[in-house]
Amino acid sequence: MTILSTRGLSKSFAGLKAVQGVDLNLPKGQIRALIGPNGAGKTTLVGLLCGRIAPTAGTVMFDGQDISNLPAHKRINLGIAYTFQVTSVFANLSVDENVALAARRRFSDAKVAGVVRDALEKVGLFDRADQNAGDLSYGHQRLLEIAMGLAQQPRLLILDEPTQGLAEAEVTDFKALVRDLAKTATVLLIEHNMSVVMELADQVTVLNFGQILAEGTPAEIHANQLVQAAYLGTG
Amino acid sequence: MSDLRKTALLHFGILALLFGLQFILPAYHHGNLARIMVLASYAIGFNILFGYTGLLSLGHALFFAAGMYGMGMSVHLFEFSPAPALISGLVVGVIVSAAVGFLALRTAGVAFMIVTLMFAQAGYLTILYFGAFTRGDEGFVIQQSERILWGIDLSDATNRYFAAWVLFSVCLIFTLKLVQAPFGKTLIAIRENEERARMLGYDVFSRKLVAVILSGSMSALAGASYGLLFGYVGASFATVQYSIFPLLWVLLGGAGTVLGPLVGTLFMFYLIDLSSGVTSAYMLIAGVVLVLLTLYAPQGLAGELRARVWRWLP
Repeated sequence: MTILSTRGLSKSFAGLKAVQGVDLNLPKGQIRALIGPNGAGKTTLVGLLCGRIAPTAGTVMFDGQDISNLPAHKRINLGIAYTFQVTSVFANLSVDENVALAARRRFSDAKVAGVVRDALEKVGLFDRADQNAGDLSYGHQRLLEIAMGLAQQPRLLILDEPTQGLAEAEVTDFKALVRDLAKTATVLLIEHNMSVVMELADQVTVLNFGQILAEGTPAEIHANQLVQAAYLGTG
Repeated sequence: MSDLRKTALLHFGILALLFGLQFILPAYHHGNLARIMVLASYAIGFNILFGYTGLLSLGHALFFAAGMYGMGMSVHLFEFSPAPALISGLVVGVIVSAAVGFLALRTAGVAFMIVTLMFAQAGYLTILYFGAFTRGDEGFVIQQSERILWGIDLSDATNRYFAAWVLFSVCLIFTLKLVQAPFGKTLIAIRENEERARMLGYDVFSRKLVAVILSGSMSALAGASYGLLFGYVGASFATVQYSIFPLLWVLLGGAGTVLGPLVGTLFMFYLIDLSSGVTSAYMLIAGVVLVLLTLYAPQGLAGELRARVWRWLP
């Protein structure tokens, strides 16, 4: 059962082909890692999926529905959650208000407090609920981003470099968190930390120059000559 | 005591104080305060858009005047009594703000400021152009006989004060409830980080449009009340000056605070009133004080109070 699929998805910026003809199939419940060298078009691709960026060509299907023409907020309301690559929290609002804003879209007012508490406890920020989000360390802001994703209880969670700036112990916690989450949601994560990719992902998609270079299990990708060449610049 | 209780206590306390002041104030200040409460209602409306949603309009005089003329023209041309005239002013305000919001929200930032400013100028020139009906620059007086609402003569100082207090209370309580409700919190989220709010699934455009309509309609209600209470409708209220006033009041009092508009309006009114008693160069004194405030209290008076003492202030 496929939750998300794209056909011929492309995006050009003034002649630069950032994403070209991507056919992606994401089965329900999978943890999929999206990797590739810098500038490969990973963030553009997920931007196309959640509607931040309008495609030049191609279609996006979510849960059997063509969402290519839906604005971002409607896609989010269908059950897609997106966490930003560059931390984008509400810096002047409290940590719990940040998560509450995420939760209110999905839950009735009575349930919001409980959902917020759950999400904050999962990422270990509950004792900082009253602080201003802007006063948190960078790593904690990353965790807050993830908590905002969790609070939406999405069907598809898109994480753009979630472990960037996290300490080693926090990365370990993060892995457990995503495994737990994958029981109820599909996860698409852009990741540079290879230990995270190797341990978490069911499948890996490699993007290079806006095109899918290879797809397979982490072990297959690890052994793939083309992927090694793309990363190391040999051949 | 919970923050909600403290908030309720403070705001209702201020309303009670304003109500009580009418019994002890001398006639001059009594009249001033009635005027300040109506103008502060205008500033509260402006603050919904500027302080809470983060959209700076330079054309709010259009909404103030829309209410004032919506009320005044219905009295002037169709001999409406005050209650339907006020409603007519409010309806015109809703329509004008919906139309302006729908068009102006296609822009953002500086462009939004310019577009709203242009709409307001167009509104002002429209009033002058139809001078045959509106009496243009000269304006027209709402006669005492036309200002009797349910048997209450609004030209009487006591009744006028009471009416201004009711208007101000309605605007203040409405805004307080608004910013405590999920909808108001969404507006704050849009102010803080619009793209993030959008990517949490909020329809940012429609919420900003509702904010423009709420803000514009409250400004229109204040404009309609001003015309009715003080008996005069004129094009000077549609000039750019009346778009800048609420911005000044709100900045001084504290943008994004419920009490800021009142504090700012009161402060500015008496600053000019007192300094003009001392010297004919009163604008110089006012200017220096404004510069000092911007330097040492950049968040406005109520804003600084929130930053330093009462963090719970809404």
